[in-house]
This record gives sequence, C-alpha cells and structure tokens, in this order.
Amino acid sequence: MDRMNKIPCRRIFTDILLELARGDRDIIVVTTDARGSVTLTEFARQLPDQFIELGIAEQNAIGVSAGLSASGKKVFVCGPACFYSSRNVEQTKIDMAYSGNAVKIIGVSGGVSYGALGSSHHSLNDLAVMRTIPGMTVILPSDNHQTALMTRALVNYEHPVYVRMGRAPVPDVYAYDNTVFQIGKANILMDGRDITIIAAGETVFHALEAGRILKERAIQSRVIDMHTIKPLDEHVVIKAAEETGRIITVEEHHVAGGLGSAVAEVVVRNKPVPVKILGFPDEFVVHGRPLELFEHYGLIGKSIADAALKLIQA
Amino acid sequence: MDKIKSLSRKTIAIRKRLLQMIYEAHGGHTGGSLSSVDILVALYFEVLNVDPNDPENKDRDRFILSKGHSVESYYCVLAEAGFFPEELLNTYGKIKSPLAGHPVNKVPGIELNSGSLGHGLSVGVGMALAARMDKRDSWVYVLMGDGEQAEGSVMEAAMSAGNYGLDRLVAIIDRNRLQISGDTEKIMKLDSLADRYHNLGWQVKEIDGNNMEELLKTFHSMPLKKDHPSLIIANTTKGKGVTFIENRAKWHHRVPTREEINQAMEELDKQLFENGPDE
Repeated sequence: MDRMNKIPCRRIFTDILLELARGDRDIIVVTTDARGSVTLTEFARQLPDQFIELGIAEQNAIGVSAGLSASGKKVFVCGPACFYSSRNVEQTKIDMAYSGNAVKIIGVSGGVSYGALGSSHHSLNDLAVMRTIPGMTVILPSDNHQTALMTRALVNYEHPVYVRMGRAPVPDVYAYDNTVFQIGKANILMDGRDITIIAAGETVFHALEAGRILKERAIQSRVIDMHTIKPLDEHVVIKAAEETGRIITVEEHHVAGGLGSAVAEVVVRNKPVPVKILGFPDEFVVHGRPLELFEHYGLIGKSIADAALKLIQA
Repeated sequence: MDKIKSLSRKTIAIRKRLLQMIYEAHGGHTGGSLSSVDILVALYFEVLNVDPNDPENKDRDRFILSKGHSVESYYCVLAEAGFFPEELLNTYGKIKSPLAGHPVNKVPGIELNSGSLGHGLSVGVGMALAARMDKRDSWVYVLMGDGEQAEGSVMEAAMSAGNYGLDRLVAIIDRNRLQISGDTEKIMKLDSLADRYHNLGWQVKEIDGNNMEELLKTFHSMPLKKDHPSLIIANTTKGKGVTFIENRAKWHHRVPTREEINQAMEELDKQLFENGPDE
C-alpha cells in the first residue's frame, strides 16, 4: 500500500490530459511560464494549437481562460498553486465563478511542496480562499491513481474547479485496480468505530499510517480520504460523528479555513462531537524540506496517532 | 443622412430612459452611462452581429462592458434592441430584480458579469482566441473606461492581445476624462494611452466618441490593420446630453432630484425636437 512512486501527480495529470486532448480539440491548456513546473512541455510540443502561453500574468490567464470557456472550450489553466490561489482571486471569483465559466485551475506544487523556497511559494490558505467562493469545486487528489481518475472526471465537469496537487512523487494510497473516484464522494480507506481521521491530498498517506499505528494498540480508526473539500461529503462526516464520536482532521494547510474548518462546520450543525484540527499554525512556516515540515508541525503518522490517543483519552 | 438621424434619435431616447431609471431606482452611474450611449447604440444597431431571438448563437459577435458601472445605458440599449422586454427596466433597483447594479450574464445578451474594473479585456482575449481556433467569423468588442486603464491587469491583457495579433478584437476606451475623484490626468496620467497600446502591438485610432457618424465610420473600418488588435480611443463628454451634468465629476453616481430630472428631460426633449421626426 505504501509503494513510493517515481512519477509525481502533476505528470500523471499532464499525461492523461494529453491523451484526452488528442481526441478532443476543445481541450485547451493555458499556462503562465510554468510549462516546466507543470510538466506540460510535451503537451505544448504535440498539441501547440491547444496550448496557450500567456507569460507571467495569472490575472490575465484566468480572464482569458474564462473567455475561452465562455466560447465552449474545456480549459485547464495550470501553474504553481501559490500564485493561482492568490494573484487571481478576483478573476476566479468574478470571471469564473460569478459569471459561470467552468474553468479548471490546476495548482501544482501546492502546500509546502516548495519547502525551503519559503512562504512566498507555499499555498497554505488556498483551500480557505477557494472554498469560500460560491460555486467552486475544490479537489486535492491523494495519489497518482486518483489523479488519473480525477483528470478524466474534470474534462466535462460543468463547474469551476480548483485542484491542488504536490510537487514530489507520493506513495500510492490506492492500487491501480481498486481506485474509485467521484467528485464530492469521500473514500473510506480503513473502517473503525473508535475515532475518525479525515485527510486530503498528501496527508492521506500519513493518516493511513496513523491508522495502522493505532491498530497495533487495538484502536480501530476510520480513515477517510476527503479528496473533495467542496462540495464536502457531508453524509460521511455526519456518519463518522455519529458512529465514532470524535474526529481528527489532517491537512497541509493552515488550521484556519481549510479541511478541518469545513468538517467542523458540518459537525457543529448536525452532530456536535470533539474535532481536533491538525495543520499548519497561523504563522509563516520555518524553512525546511516538505517532509521535515510535516514532521516539525506534527502531520506524520506517529504525531497523528498521538493526537488521536489524546483525543480518545480526553 | 437618415441613418445617422435615426440613430441619434435613439441615443436621445436612451439618455432619457436611463435618467428615468436612475431617478426611480435612487441610484446609478449617471455620468459614465451618458458618455457611453452613442458607442453602445452604434454597436448594437449597426455593428454587432447579435440576434436577440438567438442570443447564444455560437457565431455571434461578443460585446463586453468592462466598465460595468455604466450599466444603465447598457440595459436600456439591450432592451431597445429587443433582448428583453422594456418593462423589465422598471424593476431596476428593486429587490430581486434580474437587473443588478452591474452587468450579470443571466440577463439575455450579456456575456460577462463585470463591475470590478480591469477584467473585460482578458475575457475578450480569450473569446477572440477561441473564435480563431474554431475559425469562426466572430468579432469581440470590449468597452473600457479611461480610469480603468490604471488597473495593471488591463496591460496584461493588452500585451497578450498584441502578442497573439488578435485582429478580431476591438477595444474601445470611453475617454471622458473624469473618474469618481475628479480629472483622470490629476489622478493618474493617461495621455500616453495611444503609445502604450501601440507599443504592445495595437493599432490605435482616436475619434469623437459622441459623434455617430465618426463612430460608424470607424467601426466599419475594423481592423485598423490586419494581424493587430484595434483600439478606439473614443473622446467623450462625461454626462453627455444634459448641460448641468456634463463634465462634472460629482455626477459620476449622483442621482437627479425631481427638479433636475424635469430639467434634464426638457433639455433632451428639445434635442429630440431639433433632431426632427423619425422617418
């Protein structure tokens, strides 16, 4: 289950998109001097008529993408998540969401993927920003197999979307032949009744690790891959609150406004139970490599398991 | 020329209608709506290939009101062109009216929700790129304000239009020289506008934007140059048509009093009379 991949999710995304775009001339890729970062060089080479380079100008990129989308194109605008969740927020709000243009933003190297490059290159408030814009769908795939299925599902999806994926290859959460993916429907990866751990994106792997550690101590946890932050699978959250009585959320995001907040909003409205939100604190993070940062801020399996034990004993 | 006379008559009627709308709604953008009327009338009645009975037609021309605050003139022109019933204008400013204070594309004929400045040209670039990809003979017109030119995103969009040589894209700047706080030149100098765009690969023409004959002549000579986007700097008078509103910054979004509305109507009626009867 924890096989490490050699290929990052962004590469899986571009490979699948290229395959789909060869058979669908309406699929258009827009980028802003990020073809290398997104691994789009091959797409640009093979399908130059379906590839639009706009230089380093994210605001324009979203506006142009909205215009293409309004004219019937299936637009994927791709670049680093840190920029595409900040620089063009108003274009995302007005030209995409408010005007009803189903552009897909693919934010790569999200969260703390860029590690030591510093906070200018981190996107730790992107989920908060994007999920509070009416009509947006927000997705964080957790591994290559899910990324592949997500890419296929997005092509004809008729809503504006923000996707965040990481930079480095990630371990497999799923096996090729047991992957299911439906936008807005969470996957339960491990079942139990003592506590629920909800994660999304790269934290899903660590949540599963925590699940295994807890199991060794005879604690049965329910581990949920909440790949779609919005629309949130409320049903699975309410059920978890009812059946396990406590929830831990784990995200590569500030503790304010992201996955934990989304889960807590559902819990307080429907079945109030203790919720512990694990994520990055309200500060610009220390410099370090991504995994070092995950360790430092308590987002790896062992720390998650410790937090779970504490919540159970509370 | 009868056509000019008939269109001029329309512009006066629309000025009356929009003032009435603003008066009844107790709100609106009076000055900028009045300055843009002639441009909109020229576009909707002589230039744009759009059909109110088929507003979503794939091959249509696209028009974007990037200076979304001038929505009153836009609504009146769309109603006059038959995109929605004239009576709908009476709902303006009332709760749940489909006609918001800035354009909303749920209203037939409107392509983009606008209101925050500096968005329309980018979207126009996307539409022009799509038309070129699909080999559709479809033009894209974007009307911007002059104050709007301070938004950096406009330059991003202008750069990309020049880079891609989008000669089916026509931008128009309603150059009325006033923005909400006063004289545009005192707030952020714009007199290099033509050079700015020219340097980014545009062809630029400066005209009297309240002169119907000039407007039509210019629109019918698009593109100004093959493989280049065209910019029309339309020199206009903010508040055009009503002497006591003309060239006064405070009328950016001032609402006329009962006395003022009567006075304005009288002045516009006089213009209608002088223009002579419609054929």
